[in-house]
Order: sequence, then structure tokens, then C-alpha cells
Amino acid sequence: MTNILELRGVSKRYTAQTPTSGHTAVDNISLDIRKGELFSLLGPSGCGKTTTLRLIAGFEEPTAGEILLAGKRIDSLKPYERNVTTVFQSYALFPHLTVQANIEFGLRRHGIADIAKPVRDVMDLVQLTGKESRFPSQLSGGERQRVALARSLVLSPDVLLLDEPLSALDPLLRKQVRAELKALQRRVGVTFLLITHDQEEALSLSDRIAVMHAGRIEQIGTPEEIYLQPATRFVASFLGAMNWIGPVGVRPEVTNIARERPNGSSVVHAATVDTTTFLGNCVQVRTKLASGESVIAELPRHEVRPFDPGDQVHISWQPKDELNFPEPRE
Amino acid sequence: MRRLRLLFLAPSVAVTAGLFLVPLAIIFIYSLLTRGAYGGVQLPLTLESYQRFFDPLYGLILLRTFWIAFLSTAICVGLGFPLALFIARSESRRGLYLALVILPFWTSFLIRTYAWMFLLRDTGLINSALQAAGVIKQPLPLLYNDSAVILGLVYGYLPFMVLPIYATLERLDKSLLEASADLGARPWDTLWRITIPLAAPGLRAGCILVFIPALGTYLTSDLLGGSKTILIGNLIQNQFAASRDWPFGAASSFILMAVVMALLLALLRKGDDAVL
Repeated sequence: MTNILELRGVSKRYTAQTPTSGHTAVDNISLDIRKGELFSLLGPSGCGKTTTLRLIAGFEEPTAGEILLAGKRIDSLKPYERNVTTVFQSYALFPHLTVQANIEFGLRRHGIADIAKPVRDVMDLVQLTGKESRFPSQLSGGERQRVALARSLVLSPDVLLLDEPLSALDPLLRKQVRAELKALQRRVGVTFLLITHDQEEALSLSDRIAVMHAGRIEQIGTPEEIYLQPATRFVASFLGAMNWIGPVGVRPEVTNIARERPNGSSVVHAATVDTTTFLGNCVQVRTKLASGESVIAELPRHEVRPFDPGDQVHISWQPKDELNFPEPRE
Repeated sequence: MRRLRLLFLAPSVAVTAGLFLVPLAIIFIYSLLTRGAYGGVQLPLTLESYQRFFDPLYGLILLRTFWIAFLSTAICVGLGFPLALFIARSESRRGLYLALVILPFWTSFLIRTYAWMFLLRDTGLINSALQAAGVIKQPLPLLYNDSAVILGLVYGYLPFMVLPIYATLERLDKSLLEASADLGARPWDTLWRITIPLAAPGLRAGCILVFIPALGTYLTSDLLGGSKTILIGNLIQNQFAASRDWPFGAASSFILMAVVMALLLALLRKGDDAVL
């Protein structure tokens, strides 16, 4: 598979206004995005993922490194000289223009003569037909997002950048739009680079994920690799819940709990039940080891409230489910 | 709660009614009365003053006033928009630049207008300097013409154009400008298609704040325009002072006010359309 977008040793340092205020937002990152894939940059706020997007879009210039789009260096080109478009977190629809004029905007700027057909096609694609003459203020959140998508997609970009595209939607709508977004990406075949802080969103949407932390990339891999074989303690903690027993991490869903000491090759610890929480699809039992460390076990729903606070139990897991990080940072 | 609200509203209602509506009513009554022999007014009631205004002489004065106010407003837009844009885009010195825009208000408008006279007159600073440098032999006619009046109006009202435009530009969502560039628009295109349309409310407010006072100006046209430039403001002032024709002065005021009101309504209605 060919790489459509490559970042090589890209850094963004902000020069100091005062001796203490300068900082490195993006620190020597390298990435290869393959043509046609849905790639996510995942990380907490302030990890540098938004700055990375802004460097690729051209709103900021890197202080070091190279950005290549379809094999050509673009890192010093202006945003209007790059075949990359952005769906902004706030969508940034032009409030004084109709839906149709918003979508036509890019085509007109590129001097494309016949714009009627591509506009009609993309409106059909995102199911906005009939809303042509509405203004952004007259649209629902989901519709605005689709205008933003249509406006960017109609230009057939090499890469479409999406900055937290679902965060402005209400939670009920989010899961539905998530599925639509993935289906849309498969249909148009455009490379999507998605920025998100939501691990569930990244896991469910992406072909591959890069986890960012403090301006650096911690790990790049498929959702399975990132979740099941996290490369660092940060990645293990950031994606899903994790029990920590010293340097060893175990996911709650593979942690077993029983009153009797289990036989076999399991790793076993004695513990005291702290709280039991009903979560609908499962029951979460929080226990405390003799060492004082908390361990959570998630049980199937049919074992509703099988344990009470203060019960003496044994928690166990299979050695293959252990994740080892020799140098705990916390 | 309601009583408290009335209590707080009372002073402004009293000021508006006592110092604005009552004098307005007095002027309206004066405009319908007959001119007194030594100034002042007397009965009977008549519409003669309003009829007199339709003399082509006064129509021309009104037209000239509109033309000069229009030119001044247009020049204020041309100068004020780039200035407001510059201030809105300067990150750290914004406060300083705004203070500089407002600074002239710290001196009386009259004194500042006199300062322009000293600069522009035949023996003024500009003419003396040019003559001393040998650029010109005869002094340039800088003062006592329409250009001097427009210069004075632009100078006096430019801050009223800059400030509302600045206020809209400062609030402008920067991601809209980035989105425009992202979709392929060059900087001039973004300025023309995004920045200016979205600054329209500020531009409209600035135009109202410059055009309307410029219509009623008499000080600037009196001092910088001399006797050659009579504007509607000077006409009205003359009726109350030299000519002692209070009813005609009052009628002229009312006609000017009616025209201004009609214009304002038209502009505001247009504003509503743009919002939709």
C-alpha cells in the first residue's frame, strides 16, 4: 500500500515570550498514513494532536521536519496550496452563506467550471438534498456536520482531516453518526485522518491508531494491537480500564473473582470486596488487595450483586492476560 | 421587583422626556408658528415655513449636505476598515492602538478643528513649509472649500467608524478564516467573501455613526468651509442666530430629522434581512 501522507521528524516549538513560556507542542514525530485508510490520532487534550493536524492543514509551520503529501513536500505551502481539507471541530460553516454556497465555496475558489454535478452528488452522498437554500443557523447539529463533510469532500482531497468530528454532537447521536462516518469513508475511499480524545471512537472507527502523549507518539498500530499489546504504560491506561498491581496491568474484563481459591495455572490474590456497581450490561466489583491496591473485576450481568462489601474473595487471571511494564511511572 | 425596576428607570426616563421629547415638541410648535418681528415666534399657526423649504435653493443645500456626508462616510470606510482590521489582528499591541484611536477625544473638537485651520490656511504650516522648500510659489487653497470640510469630518468621525468595525472583527471566529483558506481561498478572496460580509453589522453601525452627525454638522463646515460652504446645519444655525427666523429654522430641523429617520429605518430593515 502506498503512503499518501508522511511526517518525518516533525516538531513544533513555540518560542518563549517569557523565559518559562516556550514549549514543544509536537516533538519529533514520524507517521506514514496509507492511501484510503482511516487513521486516528488519539490522545488526551494538550498532547499535541490538534497541533499536528494544524501542521498538516498548513495553519502552522513546523519548526523542524518534513511533511510529504503524495510524495511532495508541503510543509511550507499555504493552506490554499495543499490538497488537504479539514472538518473543523466547530464545523466553521460560513454563517452568511447557504448550504449550497458553503459547499460550492471551495469549487469556485479552485476555478472549476462545472460545479453543479459534483455539488449535487456530494449533497446526495451526505443526504442533504432539499436543504440547499438553508443557512447553517437553520440546521441541526448532525446536518451541520454533514455540510462540513460535504464542503471538504467535494474537493476530492488527498487527505481529509477531521478534528474531533463527533464532539459537538449530543451523545445519543454520536454513535449513529460514528457508524455513518465509517460507512461514508469506505464508500468515497478518501484517506481520513481523525483527531480524537475518545478511545472508544478511535477503536471503533480506525484502521490504525497513533496514540500521542506529551507531543510524542507512544504507539502506532491497529485497534487490536493498541488495546491488547499496548507498548507503554500510558497507552495501556489511556485505552480502557486497567488494574495495576505494581508493574503488572490486567484488564477488568479478564479479571475473575470467586469466594473459593481457584485451581490451575491462574495468578491468584486474596482480596476484600469494596463496592459493587451495577452498570447495566455488567457488574463491576471493586476489591482491595492486602497491599492496598485496588483491583476491579467486571462480571456478566446474570451474577447480579453476588458479593457484598467486606466479603473475603479471591481474584485471579491467566498469566497470558498480564501486561508488563517494568518501570512504573506513577 | 417591579417597583425597584421603575425606580432605576425613572432617572433615564425623566432625562429622555424632559431634555429630549419636550424640546422636540417645542421645536415642532415653533415650526408651525409665524416669525416674530425681532426674533421669537408669534401666532397664527401656518405651514409656510415647511412650504418655503421646497424652494430649489434649500433643496440644493440639502443635496450638497448629503453629498459631503456621503463622501466623508465613504472615505471613513476606506480608511477605517483597514485600520480596524490591523488593530484586530495585532495581538499584543491592540490596547495601545485602540487608545491611540480614542486619544483625540481627550481634546475639544473645537480646538482640534482650529488646529486644522492653522495647518491649512494660506500662511499655515503646510503652505509655509512647501513655499520654504520651493515646491510652490503661491500658497495652495487648502482651507475654505469642500475638501477642507470633508477632511475635517473624516478626521473628526473616523474613530466612530473604526470602533464598531473593530468590535465585529475582534469577535470574528478565526476558524472561519482558516476554513476559507483550507477550501482554497487566497487571502484577498477570504477578505472579500468572508471577513467583509461578516463585518457588515460593524460597517453598518459605523456608517450610521459617521453619516448622521456629518449630515447635521455646522461647526466643521463653518470653520473649515468658510462662507462658500453652506450645509443644512449652517442654514439651521443661521435661522436661529443671524436671520432670526425661528419657525423656518425649526421646520428645517424637522425636515432633516425626518430624512435621517427614514434613512435609519431603511438601513435597519436591511440589517434584519441580512440576519435571516
